[in-house]
Formats: sequence, C-alpha cells, structure tokens
Amino acid sequence: MSDPMRIRAQAQGDKAVVRVLMSHEMETGLRKDSAGKNVPAWFIQEVNASLNGKPVFNAFWGTAISKNPFVQFTIKGAKAGDKIVVDWVDNRGDKRSDEATVT
Amino acid sequence: MLGVLVALLGVVPVQAQKSAADGIAEYRKMLEDGNPAELFEARGEALWKQKRGPKGASLEACDLGKGAGVVKGAFVELPRYFADTGRVQDLESRLVSCMQALQGFDAAAIANTPFGRGEQDNVTALATYVAASSKSLRFNLPQSHAEERRMYEIGKRVFYFRGGPYDFSCASCHGEDGKRIRLQDLPNLTKNPGDGVGFAAWPAYRVSNGQMWGMQLRLNDCYRQQRFPFPGFGSEATVALGVFMGVNAKGAESIAPSIKR
Repeated sequence: MSDPMRIRAQAQGDKAVVRVLMSHEMETGLRKDSAGKNVPAWFIQEVNASLNGKPVFNAFWGTAISKNPFVQFTIKGAKAGDKIVVDWVDNRGDKRSDEATVT
Repeated sequence: MLGVLVALLGVVPVQAQKSAADGIAEYRKMLEDGNPAELFEARGEALWKQKRGPKGASLEACDLGKGAGVVKGAFVELPRYFADTGRVQDLESRLVSCMQALQGFDAAAIANTPFGRGEQDNVTALATYVAASSKSLRFNLPQSHAEERRMYEIGKRVFYFRGGPYDFSCASCHGEDGKRIRLQDLPNLTKNPGDGVGFAAWPAYRVSNGQMWGMQLRLNDCYRQQRFPFPGFGSEATVALGVFMGVNAKGAESIAPSIKR
C-alpha cells in the first residue's frame, strides 16, 4: 500500500489553488540494479481530480515525471469548504485516492 | 533624466552578476513549496505513533531529551547527554536506542543496515518527523554535562583531523568562508554559518537522487568524499561532530527538513 498524498487546497478569490504531493518511486525502466538487471518501469499513469464529485482535472503521465511528484493546478469557482478528491493509478494497477477540503 | 539613466546603469550590472549560488537558491525556493520531505515527515509521524516491533509498542514514551514523549523542541537541543544510556547521542542514535528499549528492535542490526533500507529507512523518516517538529526554532545545545563538553572537544579534533589518500579533513572544505565544490557553496562550520545552513538544514530531501538524508548519512557521505573509511552509524566520531557543529550553530534557525539540489 502506498503512502498517502499530501493535498493542500487554498481558496483565492473565486479560484482555489490545489497542491498535491504524491509518494511514488516513478521508475523509468531504464535503470539497472546492482546485479545489472533492468529495474522494471513503475510509474503513475493517470491522475484525476474532482471537485464535489465533478471531474475537474485529468492527466496522463509517463516516465518523464520525477520521483515523489508534485502537481499544482487552479480550479475556477471553487470555494472554502468544497471537497477535492485526487486519485491516481499506476502501470501496475495500484491505486490511491485521497481527499482534502478547500480552506 | 540623467539620474534615471545612471540608476538604470546601476541596476543592470547587478543582475548580470547573479551568481550560480543565487540561481541554485532560486531553484530551491521554487521547490520548497512541494518538498517531498513532507511525505517522509508524515510517514515518520505515523511510525512514531504506531505500535511496532517485537514488544508491540509505539515510540510515544521515547525521551528525546525534553522528557518522555516530548518531540517539539527536542531536535534543536541534540546531540545531548542521556543518563539512561550513559552517553551523548544524536537524534538518529537516540531514536535507535528508543526502538531497542521500547519496541525491542536490535540496535546493532539497525546500525549495520545500509541507509535507506528496512528499519534504517524508518529511522530517517522518524528523524525527519522529529526535526520538522522543531522547524524555525533556534539551536541551543546543552553543554552543562562534562560528557557533552568532552564530546565537543572530540568533535573539534575529528573536524580538524587530516588523513586518508587525499590528506583531507572536514576543515579542508568547511573551515573558511566562500569555499565551494563545483557550484555548491560550502558552509563554514567552525562558527555559526547562519540560519538554515549546515547543521540547521538536515535532514534534507535531495532532489537529484530522490532520497531523504539524515545527518548520519550526510556525514557518511562527507567521509566518502574524503576517501576515509566509513564511520559506523551513530559512532562516537559522528556524534562528536554533531556536537561540534550543533554547538557552533547556537542561535541558528532550523529549517529542517529542507530541500537540496
């Protein structure tokens, strides 16, 4: 089971800035281990975010994204008290979903 | 008009002189917002409260120097003397002592585990959590116990001790102002190097390799770069260096866990 994400969402006027920090190895598949064998690729493939259940953000990621990725985006019309849910799926099918409230 | 022109001319060369260090500082500033050290901090906090080990206990009764279970403010007063173990300990060696005493882990086995693996990885996460609880507090290491003063003197000797194939000492790189390795500014650790520099910046997340480093690993890597034999985890030499740097940094603000290139 992967570690939880850190999600912060701050209302700024009629928008909310969402910052998400994810815990993931993000292996490219190009690295070799000490025995000289390829370390298999292992990365987050899809990221979704929703505001009060309505999808607002969708991204397809690949191996170019760094380890422990950080993503920031702005949602128009979000206000304090709204619920934000972020989830990701990696290429092994592992999932993680965390939520935060806009402050 | 002329005044404006002169003012403009005065500004331009300053911008052109932006040093590599300024560029790195800017880069670090941009990364600070999403410092993955927070992930280790969160994991460390969970580990602190979780009942683990052969004895199935949490670390909440661990005494980091300010009484059992007190985490806030403990980091800026470490290393210090602990009566129960009868020696001066730094944060990481103290955590391992607690893991042995409270949870029943084998301290020697943890000390022999490579950094970043197994329980050693957990020690780093715990250290990140404890350090983060003292963020923006100022270093104030105790020197009242004779053993603490002795360790400071040992640390000073270790710091200036030259040896190895390069005939290096810690002081070769960290004994003067304005030195650097490639583009990295090196703090002068013989005095207070300033807020959030040197001893006050670790544990830190290293972006280039995606690893969280505690002070023990930082010192281990310093010795690797000097081509010295690796010091043992939590060994007297490393703790003494911690006392030397920590006492010198008295009054410096801790920014740990920080983010490094």
